[in-house]
Amino acid sequence: MTDLELKQAALLVRKGIIEGVHSAKAGHPGGSLSAAELFTYLYFEEMNIDPRNPKDPDRDRFVLSKGHTAPGLYSTLANRGYFPVEDLLTLRHTGSYLQGHPDMKHIPGVDMSSGSLGQGLSAAAGMALAGKLNKKDYRVYVLCGDGEIEEGQIWEAAMFSGFRKLDNLCVIVDNNNLQIDGPIDQVCSPYPIDKKFESFHFHVINIDGNDFGEIRSAFEEAKQTKDKPTAIIAHTLKGKDISFMENSVDWHGKAPNDEEYEIAMEDLRKVGEALCQK
Amino acid sequence: MSEVKKAATRESYGNALVELGREHENLIVLDADLAAATKTGVFRKAFPERHIDCGIAEANMTGVAAGLSTCGFVPFISTFAMFAAGRSYEQVRNSIGYPHLNVKIGATHAGISVGEDGASHQCLEDIALMRAIPGMVVINPSDDVEARAAVRAAYEYDGPVYLRFGRLAIPVMNDGSDYRFEIGKGVVLREGKDLTIIATGLCVHESMLASEKLAKKGIDAQVINIHTIKPLDEDLVLRAAKQTGRIFTVEEHSIVGGLGGAVAEALSEKCPTKLTRIGVNDVFGESGPAKELLHKYKLDAEGIAERIQEELA
Repeated sequence: MTDLELKQAALLVRKGIIEGVHSAKAGHPGGSLSAAELFTYLYFEEMNIDPRNPKDPDRDRFVLSKGHTAPGLYSTLANRGYFPVEDLLTLRHTGSYLQGHPDMKHIPGVDMSSGSLGQGLSAAAGMALAGKLNKKDYRVYVLCGDGEIEEGQIWEAAMFSGFRKLDNLCVIVDNNNLQIDGPIDQVCSPYPIDKKFESFHFHVINIDGNDFGEIRSAFEEAKQTKDKPTAIIAHTLKGKDISFMENSVDWHGKAPNDEEYEIAMEDLRKVGEALCQK
Repeated sequence: MSEVKKAATRESYGNALVELGREHENLIVLDADLAAATKTGVFRKAFPERHIDCGIAEANMTGVAAGLSTCGFVPFISTFAMFAAGRSYEQVRNSIGYPHLNVKIGATHAGISVGEDGASHQCLEDIALMRAIPGMVVINPSDDVEARAAVRAAYEYDGPVYLRFGRLAIPVMNDGSDYRFEIGKGVVLREGKDLTIIATGLCVHESMLASEKLAKKGIDAQVINIHTIKPLDEDLVLRAAKQTGRIFTVEEHSIVGGLGGAVAEALSEKCPTKLTRIGVNDVFGESGPAKELLHKYKLDAEGIAERIQEELA
C-alpha cells in the first residue's frame, strides 16, 4: 500500500476507535489513537496474515501487551476483515464478544489474551521461541505501552528474549509519554527506554510512530536484523487527530459524550478531507 | 520389618516427563533455575533442546509457557509451589487460566514437608489459589505411582493443570496391579462405618496408618484419597457423608480454601455433615526436618489419629 492508502486506512481505524468507545461509554481512546498508524501498518502491510484463516500456524503473530488499547486493535481487525465493522458498536457491551481487553477465545484475529500490563511480552517471547524450535519463519510483534514498561515482568521478558537471540521478535513501545497519573517522566520514569533495551541485547530503532515512512523503514530494518530481537521506540502523540484529546492525560481512559463525539468525528472528517486533496 | 519403598513425588515428576518426552515431541519443560530441585534435570539431560531454563524469573516463565502453548507445544512449568502459585498467581490467572491455555504447572516443594527452608518456602495456600481459577484442574498425588500417572493424565488433558508435588520421600502405596488414575475420581482405600477420612497428597498414607491406630481403639474409619481437588469428586464425598455421617479432611495445606474448603463447600450445600478440617491451622510454617514438622503440626499418623479421637470425645 502507498502511504496515502495507509493514511486512509488509519483514518478508518481512528473512526472505529471513537465510535466503539463512544458506544461503550467507556474505554481507552488516547493510547488507541496514538498507535493507530502502528496498528494499521502491521495489519495492512507488514504482517503475513489472512483474515479468512486467522489460526494459520504459519501466520505472523501480534500481541497487544498494552491490552487496554483494545479499541485500536479491534477497529484494525474489523477494517481488515476479521469481523464486521458494525460490531465495533458492541464494544464492552454485556454479551458482546468484544471484551474490554483482548480475549483470544472469542475474538477472531486476537493471538493472545492480554490487558493485565506487563504480561504480553512474555507470551510473545514464547511464540517467538516456538517459531525457532519448530524452524518456522513467522515473526512475532508485540506492542507495549511506555507506562507499561514500568512493570518488572517486561524486563524479565526482555532479558530472556535478548539472551535467546529471538530475532523473529519485534517489540514496539508506544512512547506517547503519558500514563494515567501524568507524564511518564514525572510518575516513575522508564527513560532512557532505548538504552535499556540496548543493554538487554536488543537492536533498537527510534522513530516517529505516527509517520508511515519511518514505520516502514523501521520494520524493514527489524527484519534484516539477525541474532537480536528488535525494539522500535515509537514516539507518538497520545489522542492523535482528535483536537481535544491530543497530548491530554485526561483522555487515557474516558469516553467522549455525544457532544464530544460530534467534535471528534468532525476532526476526523477534516483529516479525511485533507487526505483527499493530496 | 521389610523396607518400604519410598520416593518423593518431585522425582516422579521428572521421571514421568522423560517418559512422556520420548512419546511426544511437543512436550517442553521450563524451569526457573531450580532444575536440580524440581527433578527436571533428567529431562534436561535427555532432551536438552526441549528444556528451557528461564532463570530466576517465574512471571516471565509463566508467560513464555502461555505463548509456547498457543503454538502447539505442551509446556510444563517447573518451580516451587511458592513461586508457581504464589509469585506468578496473576500470570497463571490471566495468561493461562483466562484463555484456558494448555499449560501444565509442575509445582514442587509444596507444604511444610519442605522442611528446613522454613515458612518462606513452605507454600500452604497454593491449592486455595489455584482452585479459585475457573477451569484449572488441581491435582495433589499421594505417591510415586499416582504422581507419574497424574503427569501423564495432565499431558493428555487439554487445558491448564496444576500438579502439586512434595520434596520429602514418601512410601509407595498405589503399586497394586489394578491401580488406575482418572482426573476427578477419588479412591476409597479403606471401608469403614464410623467416620470418613478424606485425605490428599502425603497425608493419604498417614491417614491409612491413622485408620489402623483408630481401629485398635474400636473406631472404624473409611479412608478416601482425593488426588484431584478440582474438579472434586462430589459424588464420592456426598456418598461418604451419607454412609458414615462424620467427615475429617486431612491435608498438608492451610485449612483455609484447600481440600477442607472444597469438601466443606460441597457438604454444606448438598449434605450438611459434621466436618473437621485437619491441616495447617491458618499459620505459617517453620524450619525443621520434614518429619518432625509433620509430627509437630499433627499431620503424621499419630497426630491425625489423636486429632480424630479428640474431636470424637
